[in-house]
Amino acid sequence: MSTQATGLKRIAIEPVTRVEGHGKVTLLLDENNKIKQARLHIVEFRGFERFVQGRPYWEAPVLVQRLCGICPVSHHLAAAKAMDMVVGVDKLPPTAEKMRRLMHYGQFFQSHALHFFHLVSPDLLFGFDADPAIRNVIGVAKKFPDLAVQGVMMRKYGQELIRATAGKKIHGTGAIPGGINKNLSIEERDFFLKDLDQMIEWSRGALKIAKDYTAENLERLAGFGSFDSNHTSLVREDGAMDIYHGRLRSIDAEGNRIIDDVDYVNYLDYIAEEVRPWSYMKFPFIKSLGPEKGWYRVGPLARINACDFIDTPEAEAERKEFMALTNGKPNNITMAYHWARMIEELHSIEKIQELLHDRDLQGTDLVAKGDMRGEGVGLIEAPRGTLFHHYKVNKDDQITMANLIVSTTNNNEPMNRAVQKVAEDYLSGNEITEGLLNHIEVAIRAYDPCLSCATHAMGRMPLVVELYDAGDTLVDRKVKE
Amino acid sequence: MADNFTFIIDGTEIPARQGQTILKAADEAGIYIPRLCNKDGLEPYGACRVCTVLVNGRPQSACTQPAQPGIIVENDTEELTEMRKQLIEMLFVEGNHFCMFCEKSGNCELQALGYRLGIAAPRFPFMFPQRELDATHPEVFVDRNRCILCGRCVRASRDQDGKNVFQFTGRGIKKRISVNATSRLADTELKSADKAVAACPVGSILKKGVGYAVPIGERIYDHKPIGSDIESKAK
Ligand code: SF4
Ligand code: FES
Repeated sequence: MSTQATGLKRIAIEPVTRVEGHGKVTLLLDENNKIKQARLHIVEFRGFERFVQGRPYWEAPVLVQRLCGICPVSHHLAAAKAMDMVVGVDKLPPTAEKMRRLMHYGQFFQSHALHFFHLVSPDLLFGFDADPAIRNVIGVAKKFPDLAVQGVMMRKYGQELIRATAGKKIHGTGAIPGGINKNLSIEERDFFLKDLDQMIEWSRGALKIAKDYTAENLERLAGFGSFDSNHTSLVREDGAMDIYHGRLRSIDAEGNRIIDDVDYVNYLDYIAEEVRPWSYMKFPFIKSLGPEKGWYRVGPLARINACDFIDTPEAEAERKEFMALTNGKPNNITMAYHWARMIEELHSIEKIQELLHDRDLQGTDLVAKGDMRGEGVGLIEAPRGTLFHHYKVNKDDQITMANLIVSTTNNNEPMNRAVQKVAEDYLSGNEITEGLLNHIEVAIRAYDPCLSCATHAMGRMPLVVELYDAGDTLVDRKVKE
Repeated sequence: MADNFTFIIDGTEIPARQGQTILKAADEAGIYIPRLCNKDGLEPYGACRVCTVLVNGRPQSACTQPAQPGIIVENDTEELTEMRKQLIEMLFVEGNHFCMFCEKSGNCELQALGYRLGIAAPRFPFMFPQRELDATHPEVFVDRNRCILCGRCVRASRDQDGKNVFQFTGRGIKKRISVNATSRLADTELKSADKAVAACPVGSILKKGVGYAVPIGERIYDHKPIGSDIESKAK
């Protein structure tokens, strides 16, 4: 454990630098001053894998939330799922699984609401060419005060669900290896039932904004930062969308299945990660296709594309409408992420409704036991996409290996492509214009990458864009606070 | 000297018996004097100094100092609280205490004292010492990152379990809790039901596999500050 102290020091320091960091984009030009390559630099926090070495396995679901502030509940649950395996539990008691699901849907509901109302709605309501001085959350609050309030209330509802299932709004302890540490009391349930109809109504409203906007501006959006890609997601055994548990599926841009019905425990047989010298963040790809062709998108768009159906009625009707736009083929429009995300928002609240009426949540059988296995893999669909956790544990109950592939890493190549596409379309001359800067920001934001997480609170995404000519000389640099 | 007598704590007259410590008499009277290395049933040790009170104006540790007829004891004063805060803060920075993911959170006496005394963030620099974890025992593990060297495990093992599983090695900043004869907990006679395991006030000696089984909201200090059990005895 000689690395312990340095590992510990990291936690104290890293998150601070991360919060203060900007997203950074480098644009490389060729001899004809056309875009050759766009590079999005994200400082990914990888210290966790080292720090967790030697710690008792049951700490991981709590520990990981602290080291990775991206979406704590997703990490909490993915680690807990891996630890279920480690303690030899393949099936949780119904109360435990449903409590975890409630936690997860609550997180989706709050995360998607925050992203949509805080970061995206200004682009959609004012148009993304609008003056940044009004195209922000304050502008929305002034012009559409009801909407701003809805965003806050929806977020709060989701956070309260997290508190009721995990014990705290952020960094709770709810999921433990083999189960959960509490059930949902009748009082807690009734508290959520009270506002449920309102939440459903507001989710419909948000979805309508995203849908109408996409439909009205389709011509322009269709090409904006868009490209054909593969899509990867967990889907339930019967093909339904399932954000908590499922089998691994990847489809190509036409909808053909490249990976299907795969037990995610074997993810290493199907997914590999490429290292590129200029990036801290790796580039995952589907092994059978290789790094050139095997990269894929994850998150709301990929999930809607990859599943066969959604098992809640309103979201399913919306999914059909969404798929009709591209004649049932996968939708490859980057800006359609927002629409897909709001379909998931509605799906989440429908699921929450289903769960709140399920008496299993008041059950008292909370934890299952099994025989220790020494290794565990947990995958989950986080709000931003598929999240992989993998651990090895020695006979003394200590973690000896941890491997994480986080959602934003899965979207690394697509985000770079989106930036490249936008830069190709909007760069004129050797200057980074205000317009280009804005468009890059809008394209990145569609993926809701974790770098925006740190800046959610302020409702803005600080960005540095640098332009290099063919001789590798910096010709322009713009900073957007 | 009379067997039964009284003395004064913070202006209140309380009864005491011959041979009782100030701390014990205060406990029985429902007055809480903060403490860490002291634990009911274990011989007083006087190591942490958190229980320091002024006896007729002179600092003494209440857990070791016998009560005397007529003494004037000051306990709940601004200066003493300030001194206790500093002691607790030093314990925090001398170890690696990360309450946010420690499974003892909510049940930890050090954390609870920090809350009770109103410590926000320690004013001393963290030292991030290198400390070892011993996970060799099938039922119990020792995480020295969180040890505050209170010696409760040493006394409990020796006096209550009759085993001598734990002792201190090293001095000063290098002082560590260690296990007898060998370097591995697995090679001792320790059992998870031993008093020594339950004696640890922090998350240093823990039963394996328990983790976060108790939900937030149901832990010992989630709703009531440390010492309220004693104070509820006040007449
Ligand atoms: S292990 Fe616990 S009981 Fe033993 S000295 Fe350290 S803090 Fe005290
Ligand atoms: S409790 Fe008295 S010195 Fe520690």
